[in-house]
Amino acid sequence: MTKADEKFMQVNMGPQHPSTHGVLRLLVTTDGEVLSGVKPYIGYLHRALEKIAERVTYPQFTPFTDRLDYLASMNCNLAYAMTVEKLLNIEVPRRAQILRVIMAELNRISSHLIAFGSFSSDMGAFTPFLFGIREREFINDLFEIACGARLTYNYIRIGGVSKDIPGGFIEKTREFLDYFPAKIKEYNELLSYNAIFIKRLANIAVISPDDAFDYGITGPNLRASGIKWDLRREEPYLIYNELDFDVPVGKGEMGKTGDAWDRYMMRIYEMEQSAKIVRQCLDLLAPGDYTAKVSKVLKPPAGEVYVRAENPRGELGFYLISDGSTKPYRLKIRAPSFANLSIIPKLARGVMIADLIAIIGSMDIILPEIDR
Amino acid sequence: MGVLEDKLPDNILFTNVDKFLNWSRKNSLWYMLFATACCGIELMQTGAARYDLDRFGAIFRATPRQSDLMIVAGTITHMMADRVKRLYDQMPSPKYVIAMGSCANTGGPFYKDSYSVLKGVDKVIPVDVYVPGCPPKPEALIEGIMKLQKKIMEEKNLVKK
Amino acid sequence: MEPKKIYGILSEKFGGKIKQFIESTLPPSVLVETGAIADVCRFLKEGDGLDFTSLMCLSGVDLKEQGKMAVVYHLHSMKQKHKITIKVELDRNNPHVQTVEQVWPGANWYEREAYDLLGIVFDGHSDLRRILLPEDWEGHPLRKDYVYPKRYHTWDV
Repeated sequence: MTKADEKFMQVNMGPQHPSTHGVLRLLVTTDGEVLSGVKPYIGYLHRALEKIAERVTYPQFTPFTDRLDYLASMNCNLAYAMTVEKLLNIEVPRRAQILRVIMAELNRISSHLIAFGSFSSDMGAFTPFLFGIREREFINDLFEIACGARLTYNYIRIGGVSKDIPGGFIEKTREFLDYFPAKIKEYNELLSYNAIFIKRLANIAVISPDDAFDYGITGPNLRASGIKWDLRREEPYLIYNELDFDVPVGKGEMGKTGDAWDRYMMRIYEMEQSAKIVRQCLDLLAPGDYTAKVSKVLKPPAGEVYVRAENPRGELGFYLISDGSTKPYRLKIRAPSFANLSIIPKLARGVMIADLIAIIGSMDIILPEIDR
Repeated sequence: MGVLEDKLPDNILFTNVDKFLNWSRKNSLWYMLFATACCGIELMQTGAARYDLDRFGAIFRATPRQSDLMIVAGTITHMMADRVKRLYDQMPSPKYVIAMGSCANTGGPFYKDSYSVLKGVDKVIPVDVYVPGCPPKPEALIEGIMKLQKKIMEEKNLVKK
Repeated sequence: MEPKKIYGILSEKFGGKIKQFIESTLPPSVLVETGAIADVCRFLKEGDGLDFTSLMCLSGVDLKEQGKMAVVYHLHSMKQKHKITIKVELDRNNPHVQTVEQVWPGANWYEREAYDLLGIVFDGHSDLRRILLPEDWEGHPLRKDYVYPKRYHTWDV
């Protein structure tokens, strides 16, 4: 330790810490209340998914994608299924595509509800967390009707979905969609436009568009910086090009564009849009096959694809190399949170200690996806 | 106050000290907020409004120093294992451990093909109750806690073991 | 812009350092000579009409049968809305390649990950340490000939 270092204090935050959203460890160097540097240490949840992919067959890997980002399992299933389908050249029936969109968007809502809830409890407001979970339980029930699981669904499979939705699902979903908008209003009244909350977040950790590009930030965090980029619009997959929805972008309503409040608010806006999408899909749903004919043993031809999809946290990409056998030769997972977290050392320079929590919370990172 | 005094004026309740201690312990199981992976979300939802773990006197604490119960919710990797051990050591006695979910029990789906996952948290700390599932439903976790309460009631504190 | 056209621009600028255009992959890829990768990437980011603003993904691949390793860069441009894959091939016994951290700061962590899991050394990287595995871990697990360890610290693996 040099003389200059002596005036700084080093504090270890995590891996067990209530507001690091999992097992993230941050080595924080502070000068009193002001941070002079943050070094993230990751890998506490490295479960070797990429190695597992090389040792199991294509369909066997689907359940592992559930555990990649457990708050948005449906979206991860979807991205993986689309990747393998691209290699195999499978055409997914229309009904399956619509079902996929319904599930992906419902999962987006439930993921954003956790983001909203855990962020608010990080900021010291515990009640919104309970509200968020209350609505999430509703969606959990819907998924339980469709596939029997509450968290790790394994519902979207290669070729379609695992089974058709049972009776009652559509009615229940409509019930939820009628009930939900009032709740979003409640969240806004309770938290979003609360003066203390705004004071705490406005102008904190502003990400400029150039920084966002440099670090490969995607999803709501990118859109909060004022860039209209949503893969559902830019590279439409499934039936997204037939649907009518907006892509909300940050406008700096409470401060500068791309601050922590903007990032938080993106998620509230997106929940509204997702609810709108689900409603349209329910109207489009017509009888048909729920899966394409897929053989039991999958042997995609040798080749390479990089397929990406818009997850609640950003762009989830799978880079898949096939050598013509039943197992992937290499599967690289491009996780949105990995890129989103890598900007934290840059953002957290010169802010107060308490703001560090706001930065991590507003980025809505999730550790299993970072560590894989 | 009040209820017993009204119903049993001028009476004394007899119990043995062990039972009394156990009864108070089992009804104030404060658990540590420690979630590593998927099961952590189910743990959160169990603690929230619908399943309401507070009914059992179980409320979460953010620090191991104030906790009686560690619910190991999620995958433990080799890198994390030392930390889990340290967290366990930081908890004051008497302390209990529930291994929640297949990963904490045995390594779960990562048992065979992963090089970095610890095959069961019981390799580093002693476990009282195992709750299977991937992830277990909140009802299963609640049953695990009730099993633990039953176990606590049978403890002997004052006799030499 | 079409990937073929991007390949044309690159070949014109760098000549023989651009080796091959592979159309069968998605998105189509350009094989670049190992030594030129940093220059090529800088040109892709700053060159007129190319504007590859961000690195989508950087992956290391072990090509054991060919005695090689590969680093694959998936790039896209949010301004021009086009995509391309850039590839370099390295010697498997001594994999070295220049870093692109100065071009896209986000590459920092991706390169650390490739170093951690495959042992690819990125020359000029500011902080090349293991990222996902503990510092005292032995070997690089994503190599095809990796043997799983038997013991770690005081317990069996």
